[in-house]
Amino acid sequence: MLNTDLFSTLQQNFSSKEQIKIALIGNPNCGKSTLFNALTGLHQKTGNYPGVTVDKKTGVCKAQNPITKQMQWFRLIDLPGTYSLFPKSLDEQVSFNVLMDAKNVDYPDIILIVVDASNLKRHLLLATQLIDLGRPCMLVLNMIDAATANGIEIDVNKLTELIQVPVVSCNARQQEGIEGVKNTFFAFAQNIKPQQGLINIQAIVNKDYAESVHRFVNQTSVYASLLKQRSNIEKDEKLNAYNKKFFTGFESRDMLFRFEKIKKISLECVNYTSIRKDLKATDKLDRFTTHPFWGFVVFITVLFLMFQSIFYLAEFPMQWIETGFSFLTQKTREILPDNFFTSLLTNGILAGLSGIVVFVPQIALLFGFISLLEDSGYMARVSFIMDKLMRKVGLNGRSVIPLISGMACAVPAIMSTRTISNRKERLVTILITPLMSCSARLPVYTLLIGIMVPSNYRFGFFDVKGLLLTALYLLGIIVAIAVAAVLKYVLKTKERSFFMMELPVYRIPQLKTVLLTMFDKVKVFLFDAGKVIMIISVILWFLTSYGPKKEFAAIEKNYIEAFAKANTDSIKQELTIAMETQKLQASYAGHLGKIIEPAIRPLGFDWKIGISLITSIAAREVFVGTMATLYQSRDKEDNLSIRQKMMQEKDPMTGKLVYNFAVCLSLLMFYAFAMQCMSTLAVVKRETNSYKWPIIQFVYMSVLAYIASLLVYQILK
Amino acid sequence: MVMDGLTKTLAQLLKGETATISSFSDDTLALKLIEMGCIPGEKITLQHIAPLGCPFAFEVNGTLVSIRKSEAQFVLISK
Repeated sequence: MLNTDLFSTLQQNFSSKEQIKIALIGNPNCGKSTLFNALTGLHQKTGNYPGVTVDKKTGVCKAQNPITKQMQWFRLIDLPGTYSLFPKSLDEQVSFNVLMDAKNVDYPDIILIVVDASNLKRHLLLATQLIDLGRPCMLVLNMIDAATANGIEIDVNKLTELIQVPVVSCNARQQEGIEGVKNTFFAFAQNIKPQQGLINIQAIVNKDYAESVHRFVNQTSVYASLLKQRSNIEKDEKLNAYNKKFFTGFESRDMLFRFEKIKKISLECVNYTSIRKDLKATDKLDRFTTHPFWGFVVFITVLFLMFQSIFYLAEFPMQWIETGFSFLTQKTREILPDNFFTSLLTNGILAGLSGIVVFVPQIALLFGFISLLEDSGYMARVSFIMDKLMRKVGLNGRSVIPLISGMACAVPAIMSTRTISNRKERLVTILITPLMSCSARLPVYTLLIGIMVPSNYRFGFFDVKGLLLTALYLLGIIVAIAVAAVLKYVLKTKERSFFMMELPVYRIPQLKTVLLTMFDKVKVFLFDAGKVIMIISVILWFLTSYGPKKEFAAIEKNYIEAFAKANTDSIKQELTIAMETQKLQASYAGHLGKIIEPAIRPLGFDWKIGISLITSIAAREVFVGTMATLYQSRDKEDNLSIRQKMMQEKDPMTGKLVYNFAVCLSLLMFYAFAMQCMSTLAVVKRETNSYKWPIIQFVYMSVLAYIASLLVYQILK
Repeated sequence: MVMDGLTKTLAQLLKGETATISSFSDDTLALKLIEMGCIPGEKITLQHIAPLGCPFAFEVNGTLVSIRKSEAQFVLISK
């Protein structure tokens, strides 16, 4: 393809009202996503690139042609942050593939290069590479206000002349200059000439070789052909044998020549009038945030505030959601006749929906905080101060935030691992996060500890119940770290891990970015993970509400007769509760409980506990509700009455108490380690883009739980 | 790698000290470092050290870059 054709086709597309595709690309921290948000607003959606878990953000933007005054739609894609066209990470590989493969659905008509005006020199490296592709490119000098405030003056006209592509400046954060960016899109509607290469190809690679590669690979420029060939030979051994010698040292020669060129460009169009005030201020703050003592004080305060908010602030909206749904369920039951569909609607679908929506407050809050930390620049410092500690067990400095958040809820915690760029470290963090004691374990722990320990039982000054609960939280943390240390050796990775990262200058976080992140994460959870949760919820409803026809018919027949005899409301109520208990025991879940009984007997569990283990795959706290139904507890919310019933339960064969110390501790171990949460599994499936990892996680955690319970019960019994 | 006393690496820089990057002794790492702005000939200053002694934060070309000790030893410097 000749690149003059490319420019004229694009020119025609403007008049034919074809939707023109624009890709935003730039170094990390160039404000690319802020510009993307400013251009698209709420007209955007997030997904995954096929086969990999890299966020794919696309959106549309409407702009008016400044000359013809006609409106036109553009399709925008926000490519992952990239340092150069020599991909070294998954993110960079994704950007490279989109840019270099004409068959890719997102292959852009226009490449919009975003650079941080304060860091022009460094950001121009990628920019000059992109310009040398010979494709329609434009350059946006973002954060021009910060540059001006720090005494950096850029001559835009001179820069345009030197790099031969349209240049425009803006402040995406303040929404300034966005119209100018949009107007620049239309530069390509006019007869614009393709730019010449910025660097001399002969200086970096053999001339004859470059020409033969270009004839063969036939990209939009000699440079583009070389980059494509370089990426091809990495995949193909046969090609590699002949071509490799030509590419030895290609990358460093290319980059060093580019920096020579960039130095000349910057000498001609950048003027430094004062010292960088932002760097000074950042330096002062960093002395504090990376201080051996104060650094940790700041960090722990931030974590504490975050954790407390997720834990406590989320509780109110969560309660409203639960109350709202139970009201809705009750009303539906009153209005609709008592049949299969009503039961499916109320106990299956509405229960599932409530189980999904209830996570929204926690997800929104956590991502509000994370977005604040990322946007202000503090997140990079967290990584900086925690790196050495976390590296020892194969984790990343950034793993701290998901792990601590996991103590409130693993669902948002796992969603937040996207900030970890190394694939292996991210995967390990995902796999161990559910071992942290989340808030859903609390009702189970409280119930069981209540049975085990008589009230007011003290050990010195300490309340034994409180000590036991603390021990369980600590156990979660210790086991999580131990598993991480093991996974470090088990998991293999091809990617070479670099820690090198930028510590961006501190900035005041932007409300719009924070709100958009919260909105986006909630949407992704509701529609992606929600589907899986709904399916499991309906399956569990069926298993607990239906059983072999004969048994169910017999129970119903019995109770119809009893109901007929009952003359007071309280007797009727008692009968309803008794019938529910019998039905649950006769249901498919009840049968499953009996089937798995031989397997869980060595842990000290009977078939009733087996039923609870099955139902609490939905969520750990369901254990309490199922116990209430199984033991005919009058009030499902009343922990005390369930506890009393459980404490009186005797083994029909031996006549001994079922819930003795050994069984309770064994159950505690099981709930501490088992992966009893379908929502977490659904989120892991989405975040790893495979069924493999949630299955592995489910299996390893179940095995761990089984072994821990087995040991505890066999030793103590 | 042979240390002859004259060749210093970035890992040996003291807090607050400035040096000039001369070359790299690891090719893959070199590419990544160049991309981050650590170009031979540029001045580089050790600004902060993480509380546990690693990683380091260097200022180079108007950017703060965090580099682990194990990575910094591949960057050769001169004063």
